Amino acid sequence: MSAAGQENAPPFIEAGSTNPMPQPMRRRWRPQPSASWATRGVFVVVLLFLSVLFLYPLVWLLSAAFKPRGDTFDNALIPRVWSWNFTGPNLPEPHPQFLFNVAPVAHWFVNSFWISFLAAGLVTFVSAMIAFAFAYFRFPGRGFLFAILLSTMMLPGEVTMIPVYLLWNHIGNFTTDHFHYRIGTNTQYPLWVPNMFGSAFYIFLQRQFFLGIPRDYFEAARIDGDGYWSMFRRIALPLAKPALIVTFIFELQAKWFDLQTPLIYIRDPHAYTVPQGLFQLLNLYNPSGGGQGDYQVIIAGTLLLVVPMVVLFAIFQRYFIQGISVQGRKG
Amino acid sequence: MAGATEAVTTPGPSWARRRLSGFRDRETWVALAFIFPWIFGFLVFTLGPMIASAYYSFTNYGVQQIAGLSPTQTVGLKNYRQIVHDPYIATALKNTLIYGLMMVPARIVVALLLALMLMRIGEKLGGIFRTVFYIPHITPPVAIGVLVLTLWNGSYGLVDKALAHVGIQGPNWINDPNWIKPTIAIMDVWACGGTMVILLAALYGVPKHLYEAAAMDGAGKLRQFFNVTLPMISPALFFSFIILTLAALNQFTVAYTAFFNSGSGATNSAALFYAIYIFQQAFKFFNMGFACAMAWLLFAISMIITGINIFATKRFVYYEGEAKH
Repeated sequence: MSAAGQENAPPFIEAGSTNPMPQPMRRRWRPQPSASWATRGVFVVVLLFLSVLFLYPLVWLLSAAFKPRGDTFDNALIPRVWSWNFTGPNLPEPHPQFLFNVAPVAHWFVNSFWISFLAAGLVTFVSAMIAFAFAYFRFPGRGFLFAILLSTMMLPGEVTMIPVYLLWNHIGNFTTDHFHYRIGTNTQYPLWVPNMFGSAFYIFLQRQFFLGIPRDYFEAARIDGDGYWSMFRRIALPLAKPALIVTFIFELQAKWFDLQTPLIYIRDPHAYTVPQGLFQLLNLYNPSGGGQGDYQVIIAGTLLLVVPMVVLFAIFQRYFIQGISVQGRKG
Repeated sequence: MAGATEAVTTPGPSWARRRLSGFRDRETWVALAFIFPWIFGFLVFTLGPMIASAYYSFTNYGVQQIAGLSPTQTVGLKNYRQIVHDPYIATALKNTLIYGLMMVPARIVVALLLALMLMRIGEKLGGIFRTVFYIPHITPPVAIGVLVLTLWNGSYGLVDKALAHVGIQGPNWINDPNWIKPTIAIMDVWACGGTMVILLAALYGVPKHLYEAAAMDGAGKLRQFFNVTLPMISPALFFSFIILTLAALNQFTVAYTAFFNSGSGATNSAALFYAIYIFQQAFKFFNMGFACAMAWLLFAISMIITGINIFATKRFVYYEGEAKH
């Protein structure tokens, strides 16, 4: 390696200097001031009581989803009368309604699933690319651009919400007129296309991680004749896997939770996402909304909204917890 | 000759030379290619819209202008004057403030108490309980909105039935304007698992020898908590405080789900949060110019609150690695 090349290279960043995830993801629990057996016992009893309080709403939701119309609000943990509220014969209003009959609910789930996964995958990969550039390359204006990136995190979404909507409206009119295919408002593109351009918070998170990878790895790859892209693909990405998973599940969760964006952009009931659809079901089946109070339909839908998140959490629990803890340490 | 003169008279490359010389390197262009998506996204989805939003906030932009029926006119400060005069703005700001004042402290205190208990009962049990208390945090906000409507329903809800068992006549949580905001705040406390995990990670980072030293000096448990634990976890507390304050300012989904569906017209001025009012003005009444002005007010409020937080907590927040950076 030539002297000039070394001069041009950024200073070595020692593993673990300022970055929150330098060590392997699993943190050791440090020994703490030991509490006496009596104190621990009291704490466990209190925590058990609180656990019941914290889990009760979800357990109630699970059982209420299988109760018939009149029983939704009762307190039986095991339904007195079991009722399948998801599918059934399509009878008019005086009869109890079924979740998948009252609206294109299956569409909503398919929509929410593919939009969440596509959006999360895009934002993870593109943010990693950008984060890698900010962590590894040295180029004029790097500090300035990164400062701008950080400051965009402070901007409330409401400020850009309206012009972005108008922009999508223009794009929609333009594509309809010229390509006879609509990309814009009233389509699902606005829900995931912005993710193709990375997201400031994830870029920040992943950059911290890339900074923890010893520079020697990259220099070694460069000597072996790797280009920049294959350095990124073959070394940076595999080593940053924990940060990538954290980004992916955070964004998956954010898209699965989102109500406002679909409310702004989507009109066609077949194109709804699950939260948006559930909101419309509340419009229909709230007793004061004119329905018969078919709360069992709403509860069944809510259960189906919650379950995928619980499954995701069960699989990736470690990453959920680690991701959150890391957030706190950026202080 | 000219080149030689330059080399003699200037001691080193000029500022511009030094700055821009990087652009001769391949690495610079590769780096710019890598970050191009962000630059494009920033210009098209952040900077451009910011400028447009600032411009629209001084215009009458609305449904007629979207449809192209009448031209966009600048109206000076009219939208900003309307903010002062619109009674719903005051309601929305008041609701948001009350809700934030209830939700943020309650959530931090409960999360801290849970984290302190989890830390004391050891790794194995603590891990199990941590999972249990984290689960409400992964409940989608729309589902929380449905839970607000069902569990806290005054006549049918489980909460009032449970309270009746212990002889308390519960209020009509979701119909009584005074109880709507506390109800949402309580559900936020229920979902405090995220804050708890942040604080727990901070608690585990406190070195044991500090407690030993404090005990040696004769500090009791309470004293140790205030003089060792709190200062050591203050960055995490501060971070949670800022994040939760911003979350309170942007409260939308839970309140909108529970109180803005078609069946709930009567009571929703008690649940009219600022973010909801912006949304209504922009996408229900299509007063885009006015909504942009409202959004900038929200931006100013977030900035002021964050500024005050940073200023006020500077004295109390202790960063361990501060000297090193």
